[in-house]
Amino acid sequence: MRLLLSISITLLRAKLKQSIVAAVGVTFSIAMFVTLLGFMNGLNDLLDGLILNRTPHVRLYNELKASPEQPIESWYDQGVGTDFPPTHHFVRSVKPKDELPRLRNGSAIMKALENDPRVLAVSPRLVAQVFFNVGTVDLNGQVNGIDVMQEVRYYQFSDYLVQGDPKDLASGNNTIVLGKGLADMMEAGIGETVQVTTATGERSILRVVGIYQSGIADYDKVQCYANIKNVQKLMSRPSSYYTDINVKMHDLLQAPAAAKEFAGRFGVDALDIQTANAQFETGSDVRSIISYAVGIVLLIVAGFGIYNILNMMIYEKLDAIAILKATGFSGSDVRRIFLLLSMIIGICGGIAGLLFGFALQTLIDNVPFVTAALPTVTTFPIDYNPKYYIIAVTFALLTTWVSGWFPARKASKVDPVEIIRGK
Amino acid sequence: MSTSGNILEVRNVSKSFHDPVTVPVLKGVSLEVKPGEFVSITGKSGCGKSTLLYILSTMDTDYEGDLVIDGESTHGLDGSRLAEIRNEKIGFVFQFHYLLTEFSVLKNVMLPGLKLGRSSAAEVEARAIELLRDLDMQDHALKGANQLSGGQKQRVAIARALINDPAIIMGDEPTGNLDSKNSAVVFDIFRKIASEHKRSLLVVTHDNDFAGRTDRNILMDDGRVVG
Repeated sequence: MRLLLSISITLLRAKLKQSIVAAVGVTFSIAMFVTLLGFMNGLNDLLDGLILNRTPHVRLYNELKASPEQPIESWYDQGVGTDFPPTHHFVRSVKPKDELPRLRNGSAIMKALENDPRVLAVSPRLVAQVFFNVGTVDLNGQVNGIDVMQEVRYYQFSDYLVQGDPKDLASGNNTIVLGKGLADMMEAGIGETVQVTTATGERSILRVVGIYQSGIADYDKVQCYANIKNVQKLMSRPSSYYTDINVKMHDLLQAPAAAKEFAGRFGVDALDIQTANAQFETGSDVRSIISYAVGIVLLIVAGFGIYNILNMMIYEKLDAIAILKATGFSGSDVRRIFLLLSMIIGICGGIAGLLFGFALQTLIDNVPFVTAALPTVTTFPIDYNPKYYIIAVTFALLTTWVSGWFPARKASKVDPVEIIRGK
Repeated sequence: MSTSGNILEVRNVSKSFHDPVTVPVLKGVSLEVKPGEFVSITGKSGCGKSTLLYILSTMDTDYEGDLVIDGESTHGLDGSRLAEIRNEKIGFVFQFHYLLTEFSVLKNVMLPGLKLGRSSAAEVEARAIELLRDLDMQDHALKGANQLSGGQKQRVAIARALINDPAIIMGDEPTGNLDSKNSAVVFDIFRKIASEHKRSLLVVTHDNDFAGRTDRNILMDDGRVVG
């Protein structure tokens, strides 16, 4: 094998220019493949993260719904009113029940979820509609009462806090973090106070300890965050009063099944992340498929380059093939020589392509990319996942092997007698 | 070694070309070569002598009859075993030298030895240098194969043919492309190989003078051995 390898290398060096051209084809396609996928997935992760990082895998809540059963229907269905023909019922007298939007038995549900082995983290929320009183104007707002440290740990809360420290929110009394748009409207900075009126008419003064920017402008104009204890106090509710329970699973894919199960078990509404954000999955998938398709097409084109050059080389080297066969190299030896030649081109081109691709990724990673919508991003995102490098190399070796195999087989079938006598 | 002691035995070999019409080229040829014998084959153009040589070389397998090389019948052997036989037992010298131009003279001589793998690369190299010295080519060992003259190339080809100590050396018009001075040099080398190294030689030639000085001449005509 070492002998065959040294013969391949000698043949390669005799045709150095063409070999380099073929290798550059592989280099180019690998570099583009790696760069494209790294960039695309960097963007995907960024965009998905925008929503998915902050979104619980399963959200438990109570929704105000129209009464599912109207009296006339039950009366009819029980077979009492047989004198009514089966027609549409216009009489819908029962309105949605006047009940608190809280989760009944919230603490017990929390405890049960915390003991569930599939669950990574459970955090309660209390969402309250409020008005911010700015001079004579009342601005609409929504205060999310959160378990601050839990949110920091599992939902990257601090990534979106453009000013301030989450610890101040966790420890302080009567503190609030305002959405960027809302803070700008009220011209409220850190340390200043804002006056809040709840939907039930209670008023209080809260101190601003941070500014929050999610990247979605409409959201930032309305949303605020406060410690859940403070919100319960603000609304004069007991400490077991939650409107939502957010669940993060160990395995994201279990969310739909778990949501269904929790809804039945606890008698609440449950929304899983896949249902809530189906469009993100689809977008990411389509972008990935496009990048893979482009990358693989590039590799196939490079494969044709290798195929052409090897074919040419074999026609030029018919004499050499004949003499190798006459002096005792078998057909499969000759095939291996040319296959090795192709693989050397593929491996050298591939390694150069990986280095070049990494360089390109680094370059893109350092191009400034500043947008108000994404506070934590300053340069273009790149996903340096080694997975793409491995896929690229695997495909490069596969295409060079296939494109080398056909010419190599042709070489192995050269009849030495024909060449030697034909002279 | 076969029981008969012959290096090469051909029994009743026939071959026809089928394209475009069936033309018989060899019609029941039988011959044998003994150890240390220097045999030449002559005949008119188209009498089938080159065709016969390529059958004997095992490169052409499309024939009827039997071929025994050093006691082993080649009948029904697969391509890779035939390649091993060529590598180990047969040395070739062609009319047009056929060196690999990408390799140095030394590497050209060494390749069949490295392929055989019977001895280490260093030993093969030592033997190749010794052979080149015998043929007065040691000064050219590191040159490229296309930097040599015709006679020099042929001497390198002979060194390559000898590297694995083959049982028989075959030549297809080895002097056909050389001037008379170089032809004489090549003939002397062949003569020496036969007498001193006790190797068998089988050479196809046009040159009646060359043929007349070999141990035995086989004359062919129209696909048959006639004398």
